[in-house]
Amino acid sequence: MSTEKVKEAIAKVLPDVETVICWQGGFDAIHATPCFVSSPEQIDKVIWSPLCAQNLASYLPSMKKKVGIVVKGCDSRTIVQYMQEGLIDREKVVIIGIPCTGVVSVKKILKEIGHEAVLDASFDGSGSITVRTPKGEKTLAIADVCPDKCRTCQYPTPLVYDHLAGDPITSDKPKESVYQDIREFDAKTLEERKAYWEKELDRCIRCYACRNACPMCVCQDSCIAETREPHWISQKLSLQEKFMFHMIHALHLAGRCVECGECDRVCPMDIPVSKMKKKINAEMKELFNYETGVNPDDKPPMFTFNVDEVKIKEHKL
Amino acid sequence: MSVVAEKELRVVGFLCNWCSYGGADTAGVARFKQPTDLRIIRVPCSGRVDPLFVVKALLTGADGVLVSGCHPRDCHYTDGNFYARRRLEMLKRLLPFIGIDERRFHYTWVSASEGQKWQQVVAGFTNRLHQLGPLHAKKENEG
Repeated sequence: MSTEKVKEAIAKVLPDVETVICWQGGFDAIHATPCFVSSPEQIDKVIWSPLCAQNLASYLPSMKKKVGIVVKGCDSRTIVQYMQEGLIDREKVVIIGIPCTGVVSVKKILKEIGHEAVLDASFDGSGSITVRTPKGEKTLAIADVCPDKCRTCQYPTPLVYDHLAGDPITSDKPKESVYQDIREFDAKTLEERKAYWEKELDRCIRCYACRNACPMCVCQDSCIAETREPHWISQKLSLQEKFMFHMIHALHLAGRCVECGECDRVCPMDIPVSKMKKKINAEMKELFNYETGVNPDDKPPMFTFNVDEVKIKEHKL
Repeated sequence: MSVVAEKELRVVGFLCNWCSYGGADTAGVARFKQPTDLRIIRVPCSGRVDPLFVVKALLTGADGVLVSGCHPRDCHYTDGNFYARRRLEMLKRLLPFIGIDERRFHYTWVSASEGQKWQQVVAGFTNRLHQLGPLHAKKENEG
């Protein structure tokens, strides 16, 4: 985990590309923000730390020129998925991969420090973050304030890269743990599940941040959540409309969601937006043995078919 | 209208133009007795059925949704129902996750000559829904 290595890699890549997409410090010590480096003197402001949670790959489909990009292991799955769906030209992207041991969730840190103003924050080498607020200092283990995706991360080293800043690392998390939460939820009764979603989705303010942040939501201005023709959902403030919006999001990501957790990260109401998509992914794994964003030569399961489906049995009445 | 108006459920059926719609017609011509709860929507192909059609119907008042198309390999457009099969199976597995009983949604294949089978599908599915009861609490002013 060193910023220096990332900077070195960016300096090496910069002459060949229009711009390099990376992170810089944000408005306070626990926020990072995306930045576009297009000249050598800008390299100084680049940072790499567990604060760099954003999935920068989301910018790629809209890029016309050749760009460089810095990605973590989870972000690289987005790039692989773009390649599968033909949304980017691999020749026009130079990927700087970073082996990542986990990022932090700003929401979880703020909760721990009681939403106090942050004066300063620092990381030590042993995996903890110390946050200084007007009320004093607090040291938190990164493992306690990481997003849920990091707890079951299978790909700490990027799956595709041209330059790797650091040494590759392998995951120490069991593969079975990935869909553990989904299986636990499946074990609940139908009424419990219904009540759960009604409670969670009722908070939704339909800001569409989850959709805007989603790297796989590529329809942009043509999203059917906002079109008048067809008019899928109205402006009415009802649970039914909120539910419908989240179903649109989930079903349009069927077998495409790369589980980067951007939707959960940006949700201002703390709704577990990614859960439905994860459920579909778990089913895709079982039905078609397909995992999103892992192999560039795969085809997303909803883009193709087999004449004889082995796992799909006819349903009897 | 059904004879037992207050007991009738709302069932939406998406039928492909080439097989299942013909099958329903065959059943009608042969005068097979069928429950009257089903409202049929004719679509060009089962591949036209967006899983969101089903979700929207179930969220906005339908008690059950039936999708029927040509048998696999018999699609008028060669492969529409192969895509449909994957999508609908995915949906069938997602519905219980969001708290909707997956028995309220059924997809099947009925050809234009299978009037008898169509009658069995409609009767079977409607019976199942009557056992489950209405999905939505009926409002006062509704029939």
